[in-house]
Amino acid sequence: MKQLLMGNEAAAEAAIQAGCRYYYGYPITPQNELINYMAVRMPQVGGTFIQAESEIAAISMVHGSAAAGGRTMTSSSSPGISLKQEGISYLAGSELPCVIVNIQRGGPGLGDISASQADYFQAVKGGGHGDYRIIVLAPSSVQEMADLVYDAFDLADKYRNPVMILGDAQVGQLMEPIEFRRKPKETFSPKDWALTGAMGRKRNIVKSFYPVKGQLEEFNAHLQKKYRKIEDHEVRYEAINTHGADVILVAYGTSARICKEVVRKSQQMEFRVGLIRPITLWPFPKQFIRTISGRATCILTVEMSAGQMVEDVRLAVEGRCAVHFYGRTGGGVPTSLEIMKKIAEIVPDNLVAKVHGVLQLVEAK
Amino acid sequence: MQTLYEKPKAMFDTPTHFCPGCGHGIVLRLIAEIIDSWNIRGKTIGLAPVGCSVLAYNYLDIDMCEAAHGRPPAVATGIKRVHPDHFVFAYQGDGDLAAIGTAEIIHAANRGENITFIFVNNAIYGMTNGQMAPTTLLGQKTVTTPSGRDAVNCGYPIRICELLAVLDGSSYLERVSISSPENIRRTKKAIEKGFKTQKEKKGFSLIEILSPCPIYWRMDANESMKYIDEEMTRTFPLGVVKDWEQKKSG
Ligand SMILES: Cc1ncc(C[n+]2csc(CCOP(=O)(O)OP(=O)(O)O)c2C)c(N)n1
Repeated sequence: MKQLLMGNEAAAEAAIQAGCRYYYGYPITPQNELINYMAVRMPQVGGTFIQAESEIAAISMVHGSAAAGGRTMTSSSSPGISLKQEGISYLAGSELPCVIVNIQRGGPGLGDISASQADYFQAVKGGGHGDYRIIVLAPSSVQEMADLVYDAFDLADKYRNPVMILGDAQVGQLMEPIEFRRKPKETFSPKDWALTGAMGRKRNIVKSFYPVKGQLEEFNAHLQKKYRKIEDHEVRYEAINTHGADVILVAYGTSARICKEVVRKSQQMEFRVGLIRPITLWPFPKQFIRTISGRATCILTVEMSAGQMVEDVRLAVEGRCAVHFYGRTGGGVPTSLEIMKKIAEIVPDNLVAKVHGVLQLVEAK
Repeated sequence: MQTLYEKPKAMFDTPTHFCPGCGHGIVLRLIAEIIDSWNIRGKTIGLAPVGCSVLAYNYLDIDMCEAAHGRPPAVATGIKRVHPDHFVFAYQGDGDLAAIGTAEIIHAANRGENITFIFVNNAIYGMTNGQMAPTTLLGQKTVTTPSGRDAVNCGYPIRICELLAVLDGSSYLERVSISSPENIRRTKKAIEKGFKTQKEKKGFSLIEILSPCPIYWRMDANESMKYIDEEMTRTFPLGVVKDWEQKKSG
């Protein structure tokens, strides 16, 4: 049965369906619907909801519940996620599974409350201190928000690692009909490392402190090995019309929705625009982008930032073709017209006439 | 032959990293004794943040969790919500609890979290080599108050028990010290009362323990104990500050 839900609510309900029973949050726009939803639903399913005194406290409560073996989640938006970085580093360092939802808003600083994708670096490059990675999933629809949140809990448990849902104000506030396609989760794999009281067994310790010389390096080597395994097995992306495309767009989340319109409009004029939409931002679909770039004339990365993911695209492409960037910052959302104009600037001369055809089509609407 | 004194089972037989004359070892031992005599190793979870308490899990043979500097009240909250019938305690220093973690302890107390906090007040930051803590006495010399703590510059020592006592969510607050065998016995009773508070689900308990840091106080062990009795207790008077078993806070 389909129901009309907001992205934020879908994320909350999907977490509950995935067996999350410990939610800790602190209000911040544009993710308030998520915390509000949890306040109502958690008691109904016998779960815990706490409105924490700060984002730092909320992520620390997640730390505790994760260490104790519970399925746990917190959510916030950009300035709040900055505060959570301390805890995220500790969770990664203690190899604790949890889900963190970031419904990004404009920054830096207090910024504004409109959609942005400017937390990409923070999300995929570590964010807090130390050599660590978290799995980052980027939904571009309400349905995908639900599906990815559900998957996020399993991924977190599978790798004993924090997983972030990197959305933005548009995806969070958007309302779309969706379906909860997975069965509510009832059985979970055992966590023999968790803190449950050392009844009849050796005690467990959950920590990230390795003060003895050499121990920490060994532990980091173990982490890096785990990250390589995630890179080998968990890459997800959507590819549309990438074969034989004149221009390939790379975009995720809300900007990918706009790029899809560009792809559709271009198809009507027989101008071939492809789209690669990374769903996992880390691990990044670098292998696929590398392969495609060998055959493409040029790539255009579209983001709601001053250019963050484009760096990963360039690293993947390694000079095999030109990589261009179009971005809006501070809450600005790229339009299909702006993207087409940018395409007109970067295509080889023989394609300019075609691009102008598409431009007229886009302008006409 | 009668055994009068032996190592608690909940404590590993290993040398500690604490400096000579430090109070941490004594307090950890008291906790281990209680875990033994209550037979609750199987349902106790401890928390050690940063500070000299960080390695507590090397000494206590129980399930234990690390917490970032100042965050034990929040981490403990997350644990307790998963295991509401377990004994959860956090073991925090004064820098941890009264400086960087002030928000967390106030709100855990205010929520009436059914958790016991062992608050080791040595009036200084031990781990980072003797800087001023929020609990440093007026006039006390530390490496960051080289001419003595001055209220105009640094504010006043924070009395955590009294501060938390005004919150409706706090149930049991007592300040004790480990300056003498008698005071150590009282400290043990106070910690037991903290565990009893949890067992009976009466809410938030905190035992503030005045404890020596001879190295960074620049004193020997005996002078340190005297300093606790003669100087520290003037700012931090010993006694029950709040008790759910007594009608009014004393
Ligand atoms: C976020 C953060 N800031 C600073 C530190 C460095 N640090 C470690 S222990 C400590 C002070 C601990 O003092 P206290 O809590 O009084 O415990 P003690 O060592 O005296 O027992 C500090 C500042 C840290 N580990 N993390």
